[in-house]
Amino acid sequence: MSDTTDIKISTRDFDLFYGGKQALRGITVDMYRNHVTALIGPSGCGKTSFLRALNRMNDLIDGVRIAGTVTIDGVDIYDRNVDVVELRKRVGMVFQKSNPFAKSVYDNVAYGPRVNGIRDRARLDEIVERSLRSAALWEEVKDRLRDSALGLSGGQQQRLCIARCLAVNPDILLMDEPASALDPLSTAKIEELIFELKRNYTIVIVTHNMQQAARVSDYTAFFYLGELVEYNRTETIFTNPRQKQTEEYVTGRFG
Amino acid sequence: MWIREEWEGQTCGGETMSEWQTHEAGERIVPRPYAERFALPDERTGNGWPSPNRFLRHRPLAGKKRFDFGEFAAEYVIRGIALLSICAIFGIFYYVFQESRWAFRGGGESVQETAGAGSRGNENAQAASGAGQEEEIRPQTYGLPETAGESAAETGASGVSREADAIEEGRRTSLHSETSGNDEPVTLERLLLPNDIIDNEPRYVWQPISVVPKYSFVPLFVGALKVTLVGISIAAPVAILAALFMTTFAPRWLREIMKPAIEILAGFPSVVIGFFCLITVASVIQEITGATYRLNALVGGIGMSIAVIPIIFTVVEDSLSTVPRHMREASIALGASRWQTAWRVVLPAAAPGVFAAVILGIGRAFGETMIALMATGNAAQVSWNILESVRTMSATIGAEMAEVEFHSVHYGVLFLIGTVLFVVTFSLNAFAEFVVRKRLIKRFQGR
Repeated sequence: MSDTTDIKISTRDFDLFYGGKQALRGITVDMYRNHVTALIGPSGCGKTSFLRALNRMNDLIDGVRIAGTVTIDGVDIYDRNVDVVELRKRVGMVFQKSNPFAKSVYDNVAYGPRVNGIRDRARLDEIVERSLRSAALWEEVKDRLRDSALGLSGGQQQRLCIARCLAVNPDILLMDEPASALDPLSTAKIEELIFELKRNYTIVIVTHNMQQAARVSDYTAFFYLGELVEYNRTETIFTNPRQKQTEEYVTGRFG
Repeated sequence: MWIREEWEGQTCGGETMSEWQTHEAGERIVPRPYAERFALPDERTGNGWPSPNRFLRHRPLAGKKRFDFGEFAAEYVIRGIALLSICAIFGIFYYVFQESRWAFRGGGESVQETAGAGSRGNENAQAASGAGQEEEIRPQTYGLPETAGESAAETGASGVSREADAIEEGRRTSLHSETSGNDEPVTLERLLLPNDIIDNEPRYVWQPISVVPKYSFVPLFVGALKVTLVGISIAAPVAILAALFMTTFAPRWLREIMKPAIEILAGFPSVVIGFFCLITVASVIQEITGATYRLNALVGGIGMSIAVIPIIFTVVEDSLSTVPRHMREASIALGASRWQTAWRVVLPAAAPGVFAAVILGIGRAFGETMIALMATGNAAQVSWNILESVRTMSATIGAEMAEVEFHSVHYGVLFLIGTVLFVVTFSLNAFAEFVVRKRLIKRFQGR
């Protein structure tokens, strides 16, 4: 963590409770601009809860309480004055299960811009094309923009979801196991895409796949039982971890 | 590493495994082979490991099949009841349908004897002969008789010009004595075309027990349509918005109170709703609109909407809450507000269900009897003013069936109304199910 790259997301003593159950304890971490941060850890360790806390998706769940701070670009996102809708435009999210709307490919990508008030046909066309190109999907779907998005393959759907995210011009992309339901080829495409996207975006990715974390990320955070066990450069985590738990996990000894 | 070894143990099988064990036994702890750890019942695998369940004995695969009389009986009883209920429904339809034949045949004992075949020709002949015998002419008798020109009858365009002819012919053929006059068989023409002239204008009149009975379906149909339209145009938006609110915005405690409350309303006796409309709503509406008639289509429509809202609400709520959560989340994560999400993602995804709910509501409102009977004023007239009294088809049956002469024309006509009600509801539902809903599903769910 000796890097001097500027800090995009930073949390301090962040706790999260589902009702009476504490899901995250005292998470303190800094994530860097234009880098990929991977969150790893066994199931139920709080990675996804943490990820969803970063764009306040947890607000949708009843009985969630938080303590501590999460700041993005120096602004506490849990502050009273923060507009959640605005926050979510800045912090896009790609879900584990690809979840395109039951609309055409075009309408899926245009949805974000439309809800933000862009009606102009030419602008929408441009946004859709550029988003799909950024998500490396344009060549595959350019002839079927009017077809239902549900007709695409799993990998294409997931890239469509990424394109849909990009269309609202976020700074940060949160990815919750984006490749867990995909075959190796689609996974490779998504990973290439992540590598491309980090030039323009700050990416936080949850993954169960150790190799994937090692391949795509610059920093890795290891969560266990709601706590952040270790956070460091990915090479360090995978080659020379400080904590024994981390070593056992990344070498596949437990979890 | 552990995982890898177990995997190899499985793929290599016992033989290879043991070789491998001897090969490296000194260096590592080797896990038991896969087949041993998940031992199948011993008589099948013969691997010597005890089965976890020694009580279950497998019977030969190709042996005699087990027969359980309880299962067999239950299956056939259920199947029988299902078939029986379907038969009962068709039986009712058939009964209503065949009772309406009296409308075309005419009642009276004499007719019953002669009109065995019940064909149109017989009726005509009979009507004509009846007219020949009776010379009595009464004033104000403008009833349209049946005419021979069946093809011309269907067009109905030349209404007024044909009127004169019709009246002429009416004088000749359709005038009967008191007794048989009431039982003159009807034709489609008389049910659907103008059957009276008042102030030189052709009118549709429902006067089933006047000296010359007039059975025009038009005012009844218009009345039912008016009340249904008013009812559904109040109920559909209210119910859909309520369901949307309930699934998307309402906090959980409110949802837990409101949902059962509205659903209980669905079981509310319609008499009570009718009574409420008759006493309270009618006064309020008259106060507000200054309507001449206290009981009118608007009041009836409001009553209908009270009856229909819970039904639409329940179905819409169900279909909204089956919209996958991840779709909602995707929209929220794109910076859509809750309203935008509800309106642009959740509602379209649930569109087929919403549509089905509205159709269900229309069917219910169209057939609803008690509220119509109590709150609409029951005046059969053709007008599109919702502040005038109306008489609906179902209310007509409800009001007149108890006093009608058995197997008279009037009796048959009432059953005919029943048939029409059934056909309308049935075709509405069929249309909804097979045409529109499929298209909506294709459009909104991409299947």
